[in-house]
Amino acid sequence: MSKEKLSGADALMRSLQEEEVDLIFGYPGGANLHIYDALFNQQAVKHVLVRHEQGAVHAADGYARSSGKPGVVFVTSGPGATNAITGIATAHMDSTPVIVISGQVKSHLIGTDSFQETDMIGISRPIVKHSFLVKKAEEIPLIIKKAFHIAVSGRPGPVVIDIPKDVTDPGYEFDYSYPEELDIRSYKPVEEGHSGQIRRAAKLLLKAEKPVIYSGGGVIQSNASQELIELANLLNFPVTNTLMGLGAYPGTDKRFIGMLGMHGTYEANMAMHNCDLILAVGARFDDRITNDPAQFSLGAKKIHIDIDPASLSKIIKVDVPIVGSAKNCLKQLIRELKKKKSKIDKEKINPWLNQIAEWRCQHGLNHNMLDKPTSNGKILPQQVIQSLYKETEGNAYVTSDVGQHQMFAAQYYHFDKPRKWINSGGLGTMGFGLPAAMGVQSAFPEACVACVTGEGSIQMCIQELSTCLQYDLPIKIINVNNSALGMVKQWQDMQYDGRLSQSTYEDSLPDFAKLAESYGHVGIKVENPKDLEPSMKECFKLKNKLVFLDIVVDQDEHVYPMLEAGMSMESMWLDKETKTWE
Amino acid sequence: MRRVVALLMENQPGALSRVVGLFSQRGYNIESLIVAPTNDPSLSRLTMTTDGDTRVIEQITKQLNKLIDVVKVIDLSDEDYLGRELLLIKLELTKEAEERIKDLGGDVLFKSETLLNAEFVGNSEDLDKIVDTLSELNLLEVVRTGLSGISSTSRTLTI
Repeated sequence: MSKEKLSGADALMRSLQEEEVDLIFGYPGGANLHIYDALFNQQAVKHVLVRHEQGAVHAADGYARSSGKPGVVFVTSGPGATNAITGIATAHMDSTPVIVISGQVKSHLIGTDSFQETDMIGISRPIVKHSFLVKKAEEIPLIIKKAFHIAVSGRPGPVVIDIPKDVTDPGYEFDYSYPEELDIRSYKPVEEGHSGQIRRAAKLLLKAEKPVIYSGGGVIQSNASQELIELANLLNFPVTNTLMGLGAYPGTDKRFIGMLGMHGTYEANMAMHNCDLILAVGARFDDRITNDPAQFSLGAKKIHIDIDPASLSKIIKVDVPIVGSAKNCLKQLIRELKKKKSKIDKEKINPWLNQIAEWRCQHGLNHNMLDKPTSNGKILPQQVIQSLYKETEGNAYVTSDVGQHQMFAAQYYHFDKPRKWINSGGLGTMGFGLPAAMGVQSAFPEACVACVTGEGSIQMCIQELSTCLQYDLPIKIINVNNSALGMVKQWQDMQYDGRLSQSTYEDSLPDFAKLAESYGHVGIKVENPKDLEPSMKECFKLKNKLVFLDIVVDQDEHVYPMLEAGMSMESMWLDKETKTWE
Repeated sequence: MRRVVALLMENQPGALSRVVGLFSQRGYNIESLIVAPTNDPSLSRLTMTTDGDTRVIEQITKQLNKLIDVVKVIDLSDEDYLGRELLLIKLELTKEAEERIKDLGGDVLFKSETLLNAEFVGNSEDLDKIVDTLSELNLLEVVRTGLSGISSTSRTLTI
């Protein structure tokens, strides 16, 4: 490869081009000005200027989750870096590939409490997959190569690259070349499942009479939806998805039994508790799933496929742990099962499927709430999601913030495809929805992108409305406005005798429609149930405009089912009066 | 139960803080920790003693392995191993002190008019006893390195 002289900043831009980066989200400041000048001097990589660094990381995260390509962020030192932290922690908890390149004060100033100095490597250490402090310009190409490899391979995750200002100084040039090969001796993720474990798993799958496939975000990360569908069809097994896994299995398929866990469907939680076999794929037995681990699905044999060995037997001891990517392991399992095709007895599963159908009949979610007006004349939040689903015909990318609206969206919007549902499942970051939608819309400019949010969450990153105007991002904001921190209020209603400590602010909310208009967008306020569907239609008709649909909903609605803490998965509240246990 | 975990990591700034940070972040205890570069200068070897049942140790080992800078991890206490640490002490110089040190298998390395420095090498339990015994004298300062260990089986922690 021919060599040429480049500065550290130009080498950085060139290296990013080598990694096929086409878009960066960021914010300039003192310590990364050399980098921004190098950005200015090239055309291949575009940039979105956000209004707060948290928004930049969430946007890059939304870009990554929807497109499958790593998201890239530029921030400056000090407050630029610390503002990025919430975004990095969000990406870390949901294992998404985001690369944050932070400016740092000049090398000789590090450790002297200089202006806008913060120890970014130290602050971000517990919430990154890995991080690099660049010592000299010559290191940049190899570090970029390593960072991208680490971020996207194995269990993906965020990588921070901290670059002192002198390292990107245009006055110093070096012989640039981009490494073609990479070998990190201490990092070799295992993709292929152990063949003995695959055989053992196949044997258990063939024996099962009351099985459940419990799949999570790992199936989406490893693009294994097709394999998951093939396996479920091959065996006639029902499938439940975690909050992070929605869309990995088609939400409208007859074998899909809904989301499981804290606000999972009655039938999914009952199936998990009463099954004789769990096949967990790319899911991590999180506490929002298992409830009390000591009471978790005691009668079931458990197979667990995960690319991260540390996820195996961390919470729940399993019978057959398999380290490997969801895609490879599912393929291996399918191959193994096809060898034993004569032993597959789909009929045998039918009584179990009937049992699940019966549970659904008893206490399943009502997906037809639009048909019947509410008695109190108020719009229900569930109706908002159902109207959104109807209007977008299930084809939208839906990002969400965190709280009741997030759970309603997960319960009532049926995702048939992976990478369409973008939410902060692990960290539960309010403020995620709007910037994440910017990332999705940037990755897919022609796509229909809806951000389901609440009046609490949206105000945590509302400044990004300005970014949306600058870059023509026609996001549809569906604000499920109940004038309260809904999920907090729900817990206070249920566990604190309705003492609403600091969870309401009805008299001090902005007029969101006017606020959106002042940012140059379209704002529509909806209060009357009969206006819900026409307004939703109007909102999506305005294809090229950002529309802020502010929908006033019933404040007293709760999300159900809801697991009762400290019990098993079959201990659920089904509504305000009904619970499944004594 | 006391366990001894040994690992090889890249000899790079920041690597040690990732290992130590992981312990506090995940709520594991470190009883002692000792680290130094190996004969391959690109690697450091770290030995730590910690407390926990098999399941906790399994998690610790896996989480350590996940760190990009960590090359290899073994639980030495899984099998036979040799664990040793160094004890350095400072005592008021007396005839009795010198005799006691000799009896206990230590070496006096330095003497001034009033003080002496001595060293002991042994496993942690032996050193505990030595410190106990010597505390009857006028023990001015005690410093211990923490346990370093090596496997006594054919298993090696090398790359």
